[in-house]
Amino acid sequence: MDFLTIIQVLDSTIRLSTPLLLACLAGLYSERAGIFDIGLEGKMLMAAFFSAAVAAVSGSVLLGLLAGIASSLVLAGLHGLASITFRGNQLISGVAINFLAAGMTVLVAQDWFKQGGRTPSLFGGARFEPIDWPLAETLSGIPVLGPIYAELLSGHSVLVYLAFLAVPGTWWLLYRTRFGLRLRAVGENPAAVDTAGVSVVGLRYAAVMICGVLCGIAGAYLATALQAGFVKDMTAGRGFIALAALIFAKWRPLHAMWACLLFGLLQAIALRFQNIDLGGVVIPVQVMDALPYILTVVILAGFVGKAIPPRAGGEPYVKER
Amino acid sequence: MDKMPKWADVVLIPLISLILAAILSALVILGIGEDPVAAVNMMVSGALGSTYGWGYTLYYATNFMFTGLAVAVAFHARLFNIGGEGQAMLGGLGVAMICLYIPWPHWTMALLAACAASMLFGAVWAAIPAYLQARRGSHIVITTIMFNFIAAALLNYMLVNVMRPDGSMDPASERFPAAVHLPTLHELLAPIGISFSKAAPANVSLLVAVLACVVVWALIWRTRLGYEIRAYGHSESGALYAGISPFKITMVAMLISGALAGLMATNNVMGEAERLVLNSTEGAGFIGIAVALMGRSHPFGVFLAAILFGFLYQGGAELALWTNIPRELIVVIQALVILFTGALDNMVRMPLEKVFLALRKGKA
Repeated sequence: MDFLTIIQVLDSTIRLSTPLLLACLAGLYSERAGIFDIGLEGKMLMAAFFSAAVAAVSGSVLLGLLAGIASSLVLAGLHGLASITFRGNQLISGVAINFLAAGMTVLVAQDWFKQGGRTPSLFGGARFEPIDWPLAETLSGIPVLGPIYAELLSGHSVLVYLAFLAVPGTWWLLYRTRFGLRLRAVGENPAAVDTAGVSVVGLRYAAVMICGVLCGIAGAYLATALQAGFVKDMTAGRGFIALAALIFAKWRPLHAMWACLLFGLLQAIALRFQNIDLGGVVIPVQVMDALPYILTVVILAGFVGKAIPPRAGGEPYVKER
Repeated sequence: MDKMPKWADVVLIPLISLILAAILSALVILGIGEDPVAAVNMMVSGALGSTYGWGYTLYYATNFMFTGLAVAVAFHARLFNIGGEGQAMLGGLGVAMICLYIPWPHWTMALLAACAASMLFGAVWAAIPAYLQARRGSHIVITTIMFNFIAAALLNYMLVNVMRPDGSMDPASERFPAAVHLPTLHELLAPIGISFSKAAPANVSLLVAVLACVVVWALIWRTRLGYEIRAYGHSESGALYAGISPFKITMVAMLISGALAGLMATNNVMGEAERLVLNSTEGAGFIGIAVALMGRSHPFGVFLAAILFGFLYQGGAELALWTNIPRELIVVIQALVILFTGALDNMVRMPLEKVFLALRKGKA
């Protein structure tokens, strides 16, 4: 495997990690506030469709992005309504949201575009274009560093850079602001937050809505940057891989980035090579597909450092019993 | 003191939730420019208007009975088994091995062996998440989701690299021998003079599913083990105090749950496809969640809800065939049912409780 191949695999790692990272951070806000969210997949899918649909009709990718975020926020609001206001089962609500998105996207796509549940292909201003960094062309001739700069760092869409900037942003918000402290507290001990006179319901809704915005960006990235248009079930389990990455990272932002890059790398390798031959031992492509899930189970089992979720996760808060 | 009479909890709340889901589904159909009344008529005539329609409705219902019971048993122990899909896939693998590699003289013996194998494979696939939950405290919902994906990858590997016949491009196993063909309802009912559609896939495993409903009922409400499962589900600390081992209940409930999900393979793999194909479960494992919620985790409720969803599936297929409404409408209806009977349960329950309290005060 030569240097250029490695650069290309890493480049596609970054592209494939981006939706995982956005969804993973989305889940991080929600779960840190004590709301389990297995509906990341559904929110991403809904956003992917509406961003592609609006971008296709209006020709503007920014309008598409806004529509994607708005549709994801609707589902996030539904999740909040079910799990915060009506104190329902958060996991069941997440399952319902995933199915709602899987069904509604195809139903509406068929009604609007009549192309068998997909949107028309996007081109021009309806897609996020790659951003070339200054002097990328001139510097690409430099050995080793040139290709890294020109291929690996430069030439991604703005959402990729946004996703990776969201990592320190999330860290700062969670660990260096009052809002972040309260958000983490509400996921560990909501009664204490309530006693301090801060609204548990308000904080949890805020977290669920931030989660909705990030899932919306993740979905829009899938349909308008990574690919050119929406196809049925295009999230293909990414929401669950993001969930796996979140557990893998033990609910911490910086670790979430490394986990998403790792799972993105696995996807990139599986995409580029089918079966990998390691000196006689052939690793079938299915192993690469299953590896994120297997790793997560191993981490969850606590064999490699224990993953302990926020203490109040999954439990509705009832004021005064 | 209960806030509501039992019948309200068992019948009224699911009924109201179902009506809410139906109203929203009708709005969705209106939204995509179709006529909901015509759609319902077409679904009824397509799914229940002929023995062909009934044959498909009952075929789907058989799948959903198995997966619904699987989810329901776990619910009784307050465990959420979302891994029915993966367990049913593994069950299919077990059935395929039994049918392909052992020459059976008669389908009855093959069916018994296939039941045993599918239950074993499904239970094993549920055992690992159960053990991790009981001993290591890993959240069973997350691990069972992960095991669904691992099962899909495993099945993919087995079909592409191991079980695919030489020269075939299709990732599927060989066709099962004719000796293990399960009699369809047509073949079962013809000797007693009832004519039933030849083409419909409903088969003898429907009886296995009904039997499973009865056995699960007896298990949950008529045995000591069932009592322990329910006690553990109501209060873990109470159960612990009564000397019930949480480890044992978690393991046993999940093993039964996985075995039931695995049993589904006798219907879809052995009864219908008669070979193992990719994605043979078609999401039935997830529909089990809706069925169990709708049926209030009671085997009889699961039985009724499974037939309702069987009707929706066959009716939805008819709609997709004759109108512009895609099959995904069923997925939306399924989502709404899960939403209203599961997640938004309190939205219906809270106002109703107030109504019943007011009524009682009026009487006193």
